[in-house]
Amino acid sequence: MSAGPQTAQPLADRRALLRGAGGFLATLLAPGVTLYAFGAQGSPSEGPASSKVRWALLIDIGKCPPGCDLCVTACREENGWRDTGRPDIDAQWIRKVKLRDAQSGEHREVPVMCQHCDKPACVDVCPTGASFKRADGIVLVDKHICIGCRFCMMACPYKARSFVHEPLTDQKPWAPRGKGTVEGCTLCVHRLDSARLPACVETCADKGGGAMMFGDLNDPNSDIAKAIAKYPPSQIRSDLGLEPAVRYRNL
Amino acid sequence: MRRSAATALGSVLLVALAAASAMPAAAESGWLAPHPPKGKGEHCVADTAFMRRNHMNMLLRHRTEAVRLGVRTQQYDLNGCVNCHAVAGPDGKPVSFDSPQHFCRSCHSYAAVSIDCFECHPSRPEETGKTAAVRPADREVAAIGQYLRDIGR
Repeated sequence: MSAGPQTAQPLADRRALLRGAGGFLATLLAPGVTLYAFGAQGSPSEGPASSKVRWALLIDIGKCPPGCDLCVTACREENGWRDTGRPDIDAQWIRKVKLRDAQSGEHREVPVMCQHCDKPACVDVCPTGASFKRADGIVLVDKHICIGCRFCMMACPYKARSFVHEPLTDQKPWAPRGKGTVEGCTLCVHRLDSARLPACVETCADKGGGAMMFGDLNDPNSDIAKAIAKYPPSQIRSDLGLEPAVRYRNL
Repeated sequence: MRRSAATALGSVLLVALAAASAMPAAAESGWLAPHPPKGKGEHCVADTAFMRRNHMNMLLRHRTEAVRLGVRTQQYDLNGCVNCHAVAGPDGKPVSFDSPQHFCRSCHSYAAVSIDCFECHPSRPEETGKTAAVRPADREVAAIGQYLRDIGR
């Protein structure tokens, strides 16, 4: 195979391009989301993920219209999962949860996915070490060593993980998933590693309400860190002290 | 009498020699060892003997680094193997691991070593061709072809 060094080259070029044109692309692709974070601190393809980075999402429910499921569709297309027709065993990468205030009757829809907790319960309970937190704070399942016990599914208070019950074929090359393993939102780790935004964030900024802001919490100059410092956002089940990386506004 | 015995001995030796020289040829022609189809690229990431012995370790190391650390070098990526060693089936499309013609199966079935890579990873290149890189040479050939067609018109 001659593809080794040859395919690595365009990747490196694309990253250099993204770095060089970061400011321009930021305005073009995603208003409110900058790619500055990827510049010096982002995890480059050839190096390991950096523990100096803490990837996070800030979702403004005020900009998230009911009935819109662009983020869900984008995730489904990017990662190649589809509904099985049986809601009990459907994949739970991302879903829109309806909230209704009983007194006022007002209702909202909240996109909920893996919250990429700083102290993830799923990692605590995993008997094999398959459930793990990467250096940059992304919580993943190493399906190579997942035995499908589903302890993590029970431990997760956000119901953000699901089990693959049936054999699959022709998965996406960048998102392997198979029968007998647990899966969940990866924060589009394959995209982050080549300096691209997660699919849901990109689509929401392009076609949706621009409700999702993605960035590095550890960088005080990043948009997300500034926004969070200005008005503290809310977390789902903050009482559990898991310190999720996904924060919500106007919840 | 002695002469005919010598001739007989000579012919026996000749036959034995011919058989001995034919042995490797028979082995290469396909009935003794598996013959995995060749890849599309000019050469593999390492030489054939090394790949035969060590491909599993290379994949193992790559997967650990990619999944757990986020080191995404392309060189020892399973997708690279799948894309380069795709075998076209009767319908012209690449065959999946279900087919005995599949590159990995051609050896693994013979050696009775089962692999579970393809329970999660796709065993053939994407149909849309998103991941297939167009080599510059191919692009040049296509451009020249287009130019010639335009001139002919």
